[in-house]
Amino acid sequence: MIRQDAKVILDIVDLHARVEDQTILNGVNLKVRAGEIHAVMGRNGSGKSTLSKIIAGHPAYDVTSGTIYFQGENLLAMEPEERARVGIFLGFQYPIEIPGVSNLEFLRVSTNARRTQLGLEELDTFEFEDLVNERIKLVQMDPIFLNRSVNEGFSGGEKKRNEILQMALLEPIVAILDETDSGLDIDALRIVSSGVNQLAKPNTATILITHYQRLLNEITPDYVHVMNAGRIIRTGGKKLALELEKSGYEWLDAEPGNQGGLNHG
Amino acid sequence: MNSENSVGELVSQPYKYGFVTDIETEKIEKGLNEEVVRLISSKKKEPDFLLQFRLKAFNQWKKMKEPIWANLGYPEIDYQDIIYYAAPKKIEKKESLEEVDPKLLETFDKLGIPLSEQKRLSNVAVDAVFDSVSIATTYKEKLAEYGVIFCSIGEAVNDYPELIERYIGSVVPSNDNFFAALNSAVFSDGSFVYIPKGIDCPMELSSYFRINSGDTGQFERTLIIAEEGASVSYLEGCTAPMFDTNTLHAAVVELVALDHASIKYSTVQNWYSGNEHGIGGIYNFVTKRGHCRGKKSKISWSQVETGSAITWKYPSCILQGEDSIGEFYSVALTNNQQKADTGTKMVHVGPRTRSTIVSKGISAGHSSNSYRGLVQIGSKALGARNYSQCDSMLIGDQAEAKTYPYIRSQQPQSNIEHEASTCRISEDQLFYLQSRGIGFEEAVSMMVSGFCRDVFNQLPMEFAAEADKLLALKLEGSVG
Ligand SMILES: Nc1ncnc2c1ncn2[C@@H]1O[C@H](COP(=O)(O)OP(=O)(O)O)[C@@H](O)[C@H]1O
Ligand SMILES: [Mg+2]
Repeated sequence: MIRQDAKVILDIVDLHARVEDQTILNGVNLKVRAGEIHAVMGRNGSGKSTLSKIIAGHPAYDVTSGTIYFQGENLLAMEPEERARVGIFLGFQYPIEIPGVSNLEFLRVSTNARRTQLGLEELDTFEFEDLVNERIKLVQMDPIFLNRSVNEGFSGGEKKRNEILQMALLEPIVAILDETDSGLDIDALRIVSSGVNQLAKPNTATILITHYQRLLNEITPDYVHVMNAGRIIRTGGKKLALELEKSGYEWLDAEPGNQGGLNHG
Repeated sequence: MNSENSVGELVSQPYKYGFVTDIETEKIEKGLNEEVVRLISSKKKEPDFLLQFRLKAFNQWKKMKEPIWANLGYPEIDYQDIIYYAAPKKIEKKESLEEVDPKLLETFDKLGIPLSEQKRLSNVAVDAVFDSVSIATTYKEKLAEYGVIFCSIGEAVNDYPELIERYIGSVVPSNDNFFAALNSAVFSDGSFVYIPKGIDCPMELSSYFRINSGDTGQFERTLIIAEEGASVSYLEGCTAPMFDTNTLHAAVVELVALDHASIKYSTVQNWYSGNEHGIGGIYNFVTKRGHCRGKKSKISWSQVETGSAITWKYPSCILQGEDSIGEFYSVALTNNQQKADTGTKMVHVGPRTRSTIVSKGISAGHSSNSYRGLVQIGSKALGARNYSQCDSMLIGDQAEAKTYPYIRSQQPQSNIEHEASTCRISEDQLFYLQSRGIGFEEAVSMMVSGFCRDVFNQLPMEFAAEADKLLALKLEGSVG
């Protein structure tokens, strides 16, 4: 929901970044206020995942210029774990498997890290089980996955549910969901979407990276951005997504200033 | 942040046990010859059979060559530049702890092994061995009620010579290998355990080995006998001070399990491993072997090897009794310039014998970590089965992991399964954990303990927690 007087919680200013010698982000600007839902769309390779990983603090990317403020603080100065503790959450496009590390224990340790930051008591194993059993209903995940190793042998859909479960436990301020809808069947999509909707609060914000209108039918965005060659080249309301669904991205390429994407030369 | 460098820093934590106890010791001159062997035996007032055992071993050793097949590569050891007998002066045999030098008690306190009546561990009997000499054994009286003997080898030689004569060298013959022969000639002390028929040992038994002097070779010997239907769980821990010279440690451990007997032998080895440039540290050449003599007997080795500059160690099982079981669960972590060549031998002699091998090697820094294992199925081992799993984890890109599985089978009606894997802690895995609020160090140690979980699950409860902590410590740069 857009309220012009709401606080800006995430402010990305002229962000440039590269990996090794390749420039990937080429001046991203994005302001996110409390209560808003943003959709980020754009072709494969346009830099959407890179943007989300830089927000979360992935060490592979060098920010060459620009800044990111989170609730007024310089986010780029924080370690990835600190960012998570203060309320940044990234739902991974490709969640990582961690063999040997119990999913339940992983969820508990991360939940406690966030709780400590918030000045709350750490939960012991019993208290945490109560909490996880309550939150797991939101994503309708089989509790059997709690006793497995983190994401190991999970199907694509199960991994995505596990991501949303993490989000439900961590209660972030800004959640970035990178193609959480890809590879989900319609039922799973509804479950995940209703989870996201229930978790949205007036003081939090969500950034959805997606290719599909069907997700945006379930979660109504306040803004839709289109990324191309490492920049946001167009911002609109929910109608923009419908246009993209109908006509693809080509008509945007034809607009002045949108050519010469870094991936083409 | 370069995650590989950071992981490198993490695995180099300071060694907590590096202090030296200032204590008067009686030492003999450096060097080894027949006179020295006789001197050691006479200082210990040993019966003639043991002197003869030592002399025979010494003569065999003189003709043997140091093995070079292991993937270790270390400077030549000058065996004449080592002291072969040293003992704390005031140590003799003590009737009670009050007579033990308080400095020694203090040392073990500092190591977290309190020996005094009030403070000692409630469910573990401890034999404290200082520079290869046993200084105290707790709970002896309580164990005696069950007929369990737990004392130093030296005491056992005096009090139970017939058991020693019968079993010493019966599992590891004195000419078994170069280091076993050396140990047999000059061994100083160690632990002796005897569990009588049908007794399930009422508490965990533990030996804690502390090396204190720098120039003295360490040659302890352990002998554990489980009679028919007996069972025991034995733990071994080891630490040493930091010296910039290398100390030779060549131990021998022999286990004998008769019909239906079971021995579980767990080790947490944390000898000083040298500094990050590979200066100093213990050269650890150990021969450990268990003999499942009786039917349905079982011997299980679990080890967590984190210390020593060099580790050469293959705890093995000879599965002679029909339906006997051998197990080997190992975690070996090497860092900096450490080198480990470790594994097991499972020798299937009897029918339907079974063995399980689970080995987890973690190599960081510039270290090298090899698994070397032999599964041998003899012609009479009809229906024998082995399952082996050897996993390596690499941290950083300078470390080395190798696996040498040898399989020899003379029995077509047997079943051998071998699985192996190598993995690396990836930047993406660490980032995933970090992006959930888990700190870098904790993320690494979570992954390492996850990798080792199959082995930790085999350790006795108190020990598993200790092993997990030890690895975490080794992996925590900032601690200490
Ligand atoms: N770690 C990396 N190393 C090399 N190239 C990368 C890396 N991450 C992303 N890229 C490149 O950056 C571009 C943008 O990728 P990405 O952010 O994943 O795009 P999107 O999520 O929009 O599909 C692609 O050309 C991709 O190959
Ligand atoms: Mg992507």
